[in-house]
Amino acid sequence: MAIGINKLLNWLLSWLPFLHGSVAPDSIVGYVIASLIHIGLLINLVAVGALLFIWMERKVAGRIQDRLGPTRVGGKFGWLQTLADGLKLITKEDLMPGDADGFLFRIAPYVSFCASFTVFFAIPFAGRDMPFVAQHLNVGVFFILAVLGLEVFGVILAGYASASKWSLFGAMREAAQVVSYEVPLGMCAVVPVMLAGSMDLVYIGDRQAGWFTSWYVFHDPFTFIIFWVYFTCATASVNRAPFDLAEAESELVAGFHTEYSGLRWSFFFMAEYGSMLAVSLLASILFFGGWNGPIPITRWLGATPAFGWRHEYVGNLLGCLNILAKGVLGVTAMMWVRWTLPRLRIDQVITVCLKYCVPIAAVAFLGATWWQYQWPDRAFFGLRALPPSAYMLRENWPTAEGPAANTQPGQNAVSTTAVAGRAS
Amino acid sequence: MDQPIYWPSVFFLLFGTAACVFAVAVVLSANIVRMAFYLVLSLAATAGLFFLAGADFVGSMQLLIYVGGTLVLLVFGVMLTSQDRFISMKTSREEMIVAALVGACLLSVLVWAAVSVPEWKGLDRAAAEAIPLQPTASPLGMGLLGVRVDGPDRSGYLLIFEIISVHLLVVLVGAAYLARAKRKRTMVAG
Repeated sequence: MAIGINKLLNWLLSWLPFLHGSVAPDSIVGYVIASLIHIGLLINLVAVGALLFIWMERKVAGRIQDRLGPTRVGGKFGWLQTLADGLKLITKEDLMPGDADGFLFRIAPYVSFCASFTVFFAIPFAGRDMPFVAQHLNVGVFFILAVLGLEVFGVILAGYASASKWSLFGAMREAAQVVSYEVPLGMCAVVPVMLAGSMDLVYIGDRQAGWFTSWYVFHDPFTFIIFWVYFTCATASVNRAPFDLAEAESELVAGFHTEYSGLRWSFFFMAEYGSMLAVSLLASILFFGGWNGPIPITRWLGATPAFGWRHEYVGNLLGCLNILAKGVLGVTAMMWVRWTLPRLRIDQVITVCLKYCVPIAAVAFLGATWWQYQWPDRAFFGLRALPPSAYMLRENWPTAEGPAANTQPGQNAVSTTAVAGRAS
Repeated sequence: MDQPIYWPSVFFLLFGTAACVFAVAVVLSANIVRMAFYLVLSLAATAGLFFLAGADFVGSMQLLIYVGGTLVLLVFGVMLTSQDRFISMKTSREEMIVAALVGACLLSVLVWAAVSVPEWKGLDRAAAEAIPLQPTASPLGMGLLGVRVDGPDRSGYLLIFEIISVHLLVVLVGAAYLARAKRKRTMVAG
């Protein structure tokens, strides 16, 4: 992308007589512009997403509690309610307790938001030969799980620096909860990695192309169970109700953000909604085919790499809409759960994690491994046979003879050769 | 300037400086939670160095284990042991001198080793740019399962991997046992 931007700049500058050829193809200008475009798009996704989700949260809550929710601001459906909220938050006084550790108190919301935002750098929004991803990582799943766990650090800093016992209690609860739930969350995320044979999210998504029957959630009964465990653990690890112990207002005033107001407070909520969207997008890539819809419409339309890059670009745009729709659906499900179930006690939260989620995830992981070993050539609960091209693929890696054949970043390094095992 | 700037070096200096500055900040600050915060930044900058070197698996590992796990544990320890609200630690002059001596010895040994080993000499720029970017996760995973893809005659790490896994499992079971043993047994009727 950077090289393309440099060529475009060079072409534009060639209209000026004295600047012709002044931009080299590997100039820094293109790289800076490319990264600014990536960052701008992702910030827009997180910020606009938060605007949408806060409005949706109110509407969903209203619907579930048999009332209307916001109706006045911005027309019939109260579209602009979040903007009004934001204006109110900006005009609020920025308070800080007298005893607080000022530096840590000020910086904590940004730590939370940074961790939540960094996750989006590794999430692909479309795949195949030119994936829509800011940084195509070979270990995408692992990186996302690692960075998601860092959001808790901002919460701990906030709870400690506020010099308030409610904040400290809330932060300690959140720390215990998030650290515990990382264990089953990792075990769940490992199953699609095992089925695809790669930690590359672009590769995992591409392996589920075609009809909804090739989605990993329907791969076998064990992955179907694993998905629900993943959803429970993801809800808990982003600190949503019924697991929102850290901000239990009936016991802890407001938990870790008791002492926060105005814009800093809203940063915590941007981080929370960003994380919700991130785990939903991760779920849709790992289990629901990512950018591949339930019906292969893009293939029928001819928007595939086989027809050239313009067709593929259109297909990728459609896929991008597809994965965003799945992510919003996941967030909506989390809201539905929040307004339906009562909050758990802290001992119940830890019991759900250690006595239910971890054993179920472990057993289902073993079961999925056995199933994949037994029937590597079947999908959709073993009902559908896969063509050899769909499972006789593996990631390429460098060997003693030489480097891997196709390892340019941004391309899927796969080959159909040298697959050992029971594929026959 | 006769040739364009080599940007990896610029980013290396950026991340390296950040890691060093925050490491010094850990030593100089007196508040233990601020120390933890600076330590997070220093370790995250080290992860940035790993990413810069193309070792994305090791970089993610650094984020997960050091930045995530260790610091959450550290914060737990601080909060559960501190009596005052903001605990601050004072270091005595003698301890400072001893620590400075030990640190200086370690630093001199490391610098000497880094300069003297011939395999660790830096490549010239053309050779460095010619090295293709390779994914590292698969070779690492195969190495841990006993197959070295970079040289079939070299030995893998299967035994070490298994020993460490079993060791960690024993530690986990032991920790769970110790945490339970402190609880007083009360007989509940029914």
